[in-house]
Parts: sequence; C-alpha cells; structure tokens
Amino acid sequence: MGNVIGIGAAPKRKEDQRFLTGRGNYVSDIKRPGMTAGVFVRSPHGHAVLRGIDKSAALASPGVIAVLTGDDVKADGLGSLPCGWGISDAKGVPMKEPPFPMLAQGKVRFVGDMVAFVIAETPEQANAGAELLKVDYEVLPSVVGVLEAVRPDAPQLFDDVPNNICCDWELGDKAAVETAFRKAAHVAKLSLVNNRLIGNPMEPRAAIAEYEPGTDRFTLWTTSQFPHVVRFLMGALVLNIPQHKLRVVAPDVGGGFGVKQFHYGEEAVITWAAKRVKRPVKWVASRSEGYVSDRHGRDHVTEAELALDENGKFLAFRVNTLANMGGYLSTFGPNIPTNLYGPLLGGVYTTPAIYCNVKVVFTNTVPVDAYRGAGRPEATFVLERIVDVAASEMGIDRVEIRRRNMIPKEAYPYQTPVLVQYDSGDPMGCLDGALVAADVKNFGVRKAASASKGKFRGLGYSTYVEACGLAPSRFAGRLGARGGLYESATVRVHPTGQVTVMIGTHNHGQGHETTFAQIVSDKLGVAFENVDIVFGDTDRVQFGMGTYGSRSLVVGGAALSKATDKVIAKGKKIASHLLEAAEVDIQFESGKFSVAGTDRMKTFEEIAGAAYVPHNYPLEVLEPGLEEQAYYDPVNFTYPGGCHIAEVEVDPETGTVTLVNYTAVDDVGTVINPMIVEGQLHGGIVQGVGQALFENAVYDEGSGQLLSGSLMDYCMPRADHLPMMKVATHSTLCTHTPMGVKGCGEVGTIGSPAAVINAVVDALSHLGVTHVDMPATPNRIWRLLQNASLPVAAE
Amino acid sequence: MKPFAYHQPEQIPDAAKLLTSIEDSKLVAGGMTLIPTLKQRLASPVALVDLSKLGSLKGITDDGPSITVGAMTQHAVVAASKLVQTKIPALAALASMIGDPAVRSRGTIGGSVANNDPAADYPAGVLGLGATIVTSTREIAADKFFLGLFETALEAGEIITAIRFPVPLKAGYAKFKAPASRYALVGVFVAKFADGVRVAVTGAGPGVFRVPPMEAVLSENFDPSAIAAIRIDTDGLTSDIHAEADYRAHLVTVMAKRAVDAALS
Ligand SMILES: Cc1cc2nc3c(=O)[nH]c(=O)nc-3n(C[C@H](O)[C@H](O)[C@H](O)COP(=O)(O)OP(=O)(O)OC[C@H]3O[C@@H](n4cnc5c(N)ncnc54)[C@H](O)[C@@H]3O)c2cc1C
Repeated sequence: MGNVIGIGAAPKRKEDQRFLTGRGNYVSDIKRPGMTAGVFVRSPHGHAVLRGIDKSAALASPGVIAVLTGDDVKADGLGSLPCGWGISDAKGVPMKEPPFPMLAQGKVRFVGDMVAFVIAETPEQANAGAELLKVDYEVLPSVVGVLEAVRPDAPQLFDDVPNNICCDWELGDKAAVETAFRKAAHVAKLSLVNNRLIGNPMEPRAAIAEYEPGTDRFTLWTTSQFPHVVRFLMGALVLNIPQHKLRVVAPDVGGGFGVKQFHYGEEAVITWAAKRVKRPVKWVASRSEGYVSDRHGRDHVTEAELALDENGKFLAFRVNTLANMGGYLSTFGPNIPTNLYGPLLGGVYTTPAIYCNVKVVFTNTVPVDAYRGAGRPEATFVLERIVDVAASEMGIDRVEIRRRNMIPKEAYPYQTPVLVQYDSGDPMGCLDGALVAADVKNFGVRKAASASKGKFRGLGYSTYVEACGLAPSRFAGRLGARGGLYESATVRVHPTGQVTVMIGTHNHGQGHETTFAQIVSDKLGVAFENVDIVFGDTDRVQFGMGTYGSRSLVVGGAALSKATDKVIAKGKKIASHLLEAAEVDIQFESGKFSVAGTDRMKTFEEIAGAAYVPHNYPLEVLEPGLEEQAYYDPVNFTYPGGCHIAEVEVDPETGTVTLVNYTAVDDVGTVINPMIVEGQLHGGIVQGVGQALFENAVYDEGSGQLLSGSLMDYCMPRADHLPMMKVATHSTLCTHTPMGVKGCGEVGTIGSPAAVINAVVDALSHLGVTHVDMPATPNRIWRLLQNASLPVAAE
Repeated sequence: MKPFAYHQPEQIPDAAKLLTSIEDSKLVAGGMTLIPTLKQRLASPVALVDLSKLGSLKGITDDGPSITVGAMTQHAVVAASKLVQTKIPALAALASMIGDPAVRSRGTIGGSVANNDPAADYPAGVLGLGATIVTSTREIAADKFFLGLFETALEAGEIITAIRFPVPLKAGYAKFKAPASRYALVGVFVAKFADGVRVAVTGAGPGVFRVPPMEAVLSENFDPSAIAAIRIDTDGLTSDIHAEADYRAHLVTVMAKRAVDAALS
C-alpha cells in the first residue's frame, strides 16, 4: 500500500499520467451512437439587421438534417441567455438588460453572433450546408470602442439602451474624495487603456447533446468550468428542462482561464437541437471560431487621479472607467468591471477615501466577461501605475512611497473604504523579500551593463492584493449576485477504506486531483493513491459552483475539509462502540482511532469495514455507512497578494522590450502543494506578461471586424519570451478559511502587468516617457521614442 | 476541408502531366501553407499532387561556385546541412529562423519559394543571393521570378525542382520577427560578391525587393555604418496592426545594418 502524502508535500500530479500518455477524455474525444454534426453560421458583420434567412439551399445540401434559426427559437418559446449578476446605478436603477437570444433575432450585434445552426450527417456536410445558407443582412455601422460608443451620434445597439450605457455604476464616498482632493499637496493624473484580451485555452470549446426519449432525459457534454451552473442556467432559465431531467458533464477540459465559465448559447442550441432531430448532436469549435465567440476579457479606458499630501501619503483616489461589455451581457459580464474592480482600488495602501465610477458600455464586439484575474488585474494596473506616476512627479523613490502608504502587518484585519475587509496580510514582508530575491541592490550595475550595449534597462514594482475565493453568498447577493457561491463536497469511504471524493469544483489544469487528494490523505491518514477526486458530472457530484475566481481550494477545499471532519467524527462514534470507550476518549491520528492513554486502537480501514458490515455496530443510534457531505459558504473573500518585480531591457533601435528578470514573492496562505502553487504562479505571471507585452484584440471601428482574429495576428506569450522566474511565498494565514488557504490561481495575472509596464516606463523615463499603454509592442515603443523628448540615435 | 483526390507520382513528368490534365489540381510539398487553407475551406482543389515521392527533388549538392538545394528539401535539413553552413552560413541561419521546429521539419524550400508569401524568409535569401530557380521546364533568375504578393513567374503545370545558389564572399541575414506569426516583419539579406553587393528585403512590402542605394554604398564600403543614414521610402510599404509603414522603413535600415554585421562576424 502506498503512503500518506499530506499538506505541504509536492507529489507529481496524479492527472498528468493520463494527460501525458494521451488518455485524457475531452469532449471532442466522445462519440455517441448515431451522432450528427452541427455547425454554427455566424454573422460576418459587426452590426446588421437580420432581414431574413432562406434555408432552402442549405436544407437541400447532401446530408443536411436540419437548419435552426432565431425564428425557431422564438416559435419554441425559449428563454434568453441569462446574466448571473444584476448591478444597479447610484440611484438604485437596475442595469439595462436586453435579451440575449441563443440564435440572433432581428439583429446581429457582433462578428461571430450566431445566426443559424446547421445539422448534418458529417462535419463536412454541415459546413457545406452552412455555406449555402442565404442570410439577408442590412449592414449598419458598428461601434467597437467604449469612447466612441458613448458619443451621442454613435450607432445604437439596442433601441432601449440610450448611449449604449448598460449601467452607470459607482462605489465610494464621492464627497469625501472631493474634499480630500481640495486639500492635496499634489495630484497625480493618469489616462490609460486596459487592452482587450482573448483567452485562447489550448482546447477549443465543444459540446455534444443527447436526448433519451425512454427516460425523457437530456445529457450535455460540454467544455465547461461549472457544469452544475450550466444545468441550472440552461435548464431552468433557457430551455425549461427540469433539473432532474438534465445531466451536464464537463469531462477533461483543456484549460479555461475564465473562457469556459459562462453559459454559452451554443450549449443551449445543441441541447435543444438534439431533441428536435432525435439524435445526438456534436459541435467542436475551430480556433478561428473561438476568436469570435469565446468571451473576451478586460477592455477598459480609464482616467485616474491620486491625491497626496506633501509627504507622499495618499489622501484620496478617484477612478473613472469605461468598460466594454461587447454586444450582449454574458453570464458574469457586468460584475467584472464593477464589483471585482472597484473594491480592489484600495490595494495594499491606507488610502482613506476612494471613489470609482464605471460606465458599462455595449459595443459591436464579442461579449466581454471574466478572464483570469477578472477586474482585479485592471484595478491593480490603475493603482500600481499611478503610484509610480505620483512617486516620479513628487521625486519620491517608488519603493519608499509604497512603504509610506502600506497597511502594516499589525493593522489587519483592515477595513478599506471600498467595501472589503482584508483579514490578514503582510505586504511589507513580501516587498522586503522581493527586494532581496530580485537583487535590487545591484540593479545599477546591470543597468550600466545594458547601457554599454546601447540598451535601456528598467525595474518595475507591483505591490498588490486581490480578493478571491469567490464568494461569501450573502455579501455577493447584496452586490447583485443572482446565485449562491458556496461549494460542496462528499467524502465517500468505501468498505475497504479507499476514498472517493465528489466535489463541485472543476479541474481543468489546476491539479485538483492531486491537491484535494493530499488534503484527504493528510486528514484521514489514507494513502494518497487511495483517494480519487470526482468532478464535472451533475449525475455523480451532488452540487457545485465550479472553478473560477481562485475559489476551488478556498471554497471547495474548505467543503472537503469539513466533510472529512464529519467522517472522522462518525468514525469516532463507531470506534467508541467497538473499543467500548467513551466517545470523548477516542483520538484520531495518522489513520488510527485509539483510546486515549491506552494502546487499544482500530485502523481507519477497520472502522470503514464495520460501517458497511454492521454486525457489531450501534444501529439504534448510528446509521451504517461512512459517507459525509458538507457545504461551505465562506464568511469573507480571501486576500492573497504580494510583490512582483520585473526587470526589462529595451532595444531603442527596434523598440523591442525583453523581460530579463522576474521575481514574485506572494502571500497565498497555507500551501498544500508547493509545486502546484509554483506552477500556478508561473502560468499566471505569463498571462500577465502576455497582456503587458504581447496580447491585443483589435477591432476595426466602423466595420466591427476583428483584426487580430487568429494566432497569426494575436500574439500569445511563448517560452522564449520569458526568463527563468524567481517565485517564492511569504505567507500569512487566512483567518477564516479552514486550512488558512487564500488561493493562488489568479495572483500571477493580477500582479504582473503593472510590474512589467512600470519597468518599461522606468527604462524610458530618462527620455521623458511617463506612461506606456499595453501591450508594449516594439512598434508602440519605437513610436513613443520618436516622440520622446530626447532624440535616439540609430547607432 | 472538402474531399479531393490524392496522387503521389514518382517521376517529374508524371507530376507535371497530372497537374496540367486535372483542372483545379494543386501541388503539395510540406503542406504547411496549403493544408491550413484547405482546412479553412479557403481553397478546394479537386486533386492534390504530392511531390514527396520524387526523390530527385530532395537533397543538397555542392557544385563548387554554387550549391543546389532540391525543391523538396525541408528547412530543418538546410539549417543543419554542414555544406550550407560552410559555404553560405547565412542561408543555413535563415532556414533555422523559419517558423518552429514542426514547420521546419515539414516545410520545403520549393513550397516556400513557389508560395512567395510577402513575409517569408527564403525569398529574401533567393533574391539576395541572386539564385536561379530551376523548374521542370526551364531556369529562372531570381530577379525575374518574384512578381509581388503571392505572384511568381511559374506557369501552370510548372514545378520547381531546385534552387541554385551562387556562393558569395560574405552574406548575412537579419530578421525582425512579427510578434505573433514570427514571419518576417522585416527581414534583410545582404550578400557580397566579387562584382558587388545585393540587398534583398522581405516582410516590408507586398513582395520581396532589392534596395539599390544600399547596394551601391555597400559595394564601396561593406560596413554597417555605410548605410546607417539610408532611409527607404515608405511608399508601397505595408501598414497593418503590427507595424505602420514608417516603422517598417526604419526597420529595413536597422536590419540591413545587422545583416552586414552578421556577414562580417
Ligand atoms: C506556424 C507556421 C509558421 C511559419 N513561419 C514561417 C516563417 O517564419 N518564415 C517563412 O518563410 N515561412 C514560414 N511558414 C511557412 C513555411 O515555411 C511553409 O512551409 C512554406 O511557406 C511552404 O512550404 P511547404 O513545403 O509547406 O509548401 P505547401 O504548403 O505544400 O505548398 C505551398 C504552395 O506552394 C506550391 N508548391 C509547393 N511545392 C512546389 C514546387 N516544388 N513547385 C511549384 N509549386 C510548389 C503548392 O502548390 C502550394 O500552392 C510558416 C508556416 C507555419 C504553418
């Protein structure tokens, strides 16, 4: 029998055995008897009136079984794709929430909007049929940028959404902020753009649906991060399928990053279609299709002002943002640039007054929703950039100004002026650790060495905090959440002592099958290899909210920990009977139940056996079996954070920015598996570096065409873009999660963009450069240098 | 992808005959460019004529003052060839900068030159070295071969069999990779021969082109400083979301200097 591998150990990931040997089971691997193939016909226009669709040629094409359109959706009385959050403006007026039909009705509002679904015997025949569909569009001008969309003469996406503004949201004490600005010795100002991103998970989205007339049940296999939520949103709100008649399975999923945590129209169309054609229907997106249909991320235009006293103490912070929602409201859309943004503007600082206004705006682009970090990278970027701007304008060292304003370790729990209360943290400790790890002391030497090669070297800091472990349901409900945000776990101990865990989170790269098994192995003293984690199937797992917002360990792991405690409690009762001792005298340690102060004991396996063969068992007072379930609703968010230091070298001749060193010291609370934490940090940092230096979703104003619609034009970060990173943890324990964990899935993405851009600005500051928008591409840097105050010699 | 017939001829004349006799047929070499267009249904030939069984199209030979690279020779083979590394190291370096390892193992010089992508690397090497394109019917000088955006002097049914490169005194290639695609945003190949210097630019415009003012100056003084002040005209250069024409023009000078540097090192 194998060993206990507990909390803090770094076993290799269990799931990698199947991933690395090609034995994963992804949606596109699944084949069902009699399966048909579906293809979506998508709008080639950013904005158009849908005058009519002529199905006849498509239907006559060989192999085509059915063609479904928005009219069919309407005729069947199906619902609109629901938005999971309802936000309101300062006066309490709810956001504008126009319908989001699963197939377009009346109008198309972005390139990629779904117009029809063609089902055929083979994918080739479906494609051929789709090409023959005649769609009559009356093309309208598109508006893609937020600044353009709110102009009075802008094209209007919806008749009843004036100026395309979905919600004019605000947070904080506006009057207090204004008073503080009047008293300020210095006001730093910054205008910036947070660039639009496309998630690009390795596996494109896919779905198969099947209807069994015998049981009147539907099964949907989908590339989802939250199958139970899809079952609820799609079954209850779109297709009117009772929950017990709908099974949603999200098997192995090849990366999500947020892109797969929404209920997509494709899922609803396919499930609906499966019953109509009485055969299973399968759809697998191409990479290009993903570009125009996977929800995009970020896309803000922001004006920020920071008021400081003469010593560089922050007095107040004011932020005005226009946030792009795209053509419709996606599942979490309006929540991201508001509730996950405004409350983070306090950062790790003691700024007493903060005000934030966000105008949430519709445009003719793919709907925008959560993408790794979701709202928090945007907040961190604004804050950490303006801190640097203020430092440089006031002539205060960038580290020093941070120290002067940081929340000291002793001041936790710390109530910010923007709703959230940080339970624990030590930003100064992270900063000190990072300064040493990054060898900041010798930066001057490295800068001189770069200069001798004609290169400019810069150093950038980001001391940040984020809110994750989504989410305390009551708190979220007050902010507009329309669902709960708890998590559930079932611990099923088999008669032989092995354990199967059913958990409502979803593993798509995070290593849950390993981390969660370590928790159980640690707590129950069973061998690591004797614990299996089951997820991603609404028929096998009781319930769950899925994986996003760095919640799996924090919320799901807490539910698992609680369920495991219940198993131990029941085991003690059984042991007390078998060992003929009082329950209070039974101790459980290292997989053994013993009577305190004696050598009498029963192993975990013996107790499990007794629970399922209850011959000698207190049946009058205790049920047989050993299986426990727990639901856990967190009392607060968790607040991981840390200090990231980026070092870049700029080639002024070409404008190329090279990231030469990267250091991160993060506080993620208790570390269950340090290897997995390191991997999450690496991946997160790379995504943030991608935003800072490479990635940009570009639309053509007017036509609404996506110009960066493939990997040929959308630059993803690659291994050779990156240095070896120095990653370390400096943890304080979360005071309210069962194991002291804080989550680590998003920290890297949240901390890194500001660190990188601060480094680029530092490298160019001697030329008078005060800000660089993301991504800092060679073209953009070269152009900045052309306009900079000092001429740059080509030599 | 739409269905198509597939042929694998073993002799060049058979391949040429298939190509001319089947309307809408297409040659396939490494397939790195062609297959994606089929998958995206941008092209739908009724038949593919695969060149991979034509053994005579593979391999690199030493002709003394020149080397000949068979059309079906993959980029990785050119990059690793001792012969190329010794006689025209800049060409081996160029091949090693194409795409990624998978693309270099499949993609061929014939396919690249026939395709004449405006951002491809080989056209700069072929034009910069003044190579000769050998086809199933004739020989074409590089200066007459590349006719602009995806256009070449190849006629219907004509198959590239090899490229013959004269061995220069010195040569260098400098490539500024487009951030996403890693094709050349601007690539400059510089070659010095006894009778003068050739400078060929890829990526900057709709097709590969030479830069006579740089050639003239470098023929007198083969040193990066000689061309530092030469700016090429932005007229006709490409502007897109990655780079506007003025930046590309600037990069031509920078990359030309770096190519000369590479040639000298
Ligand atoms: C991800 C990726 C990255 C790439 N990066 C680069 C890069 O950085 N630089 C670069 O230069 N290229 C790059 N390429 C293109 C690559 O070099 C291709 O291999 C090359 O352009 C085509 O060669 P092939 O052998 O694959 O040709 P194929 O795709 O088989 O054919 C291309 C075209 O040429 C025709 N053809 C092929 N052989 C002949 C012949 N002997 N005679 C006449 N016509 C012929 C075909 O009919 C077809 O029209 C990249 C490709 C990919 C997929």
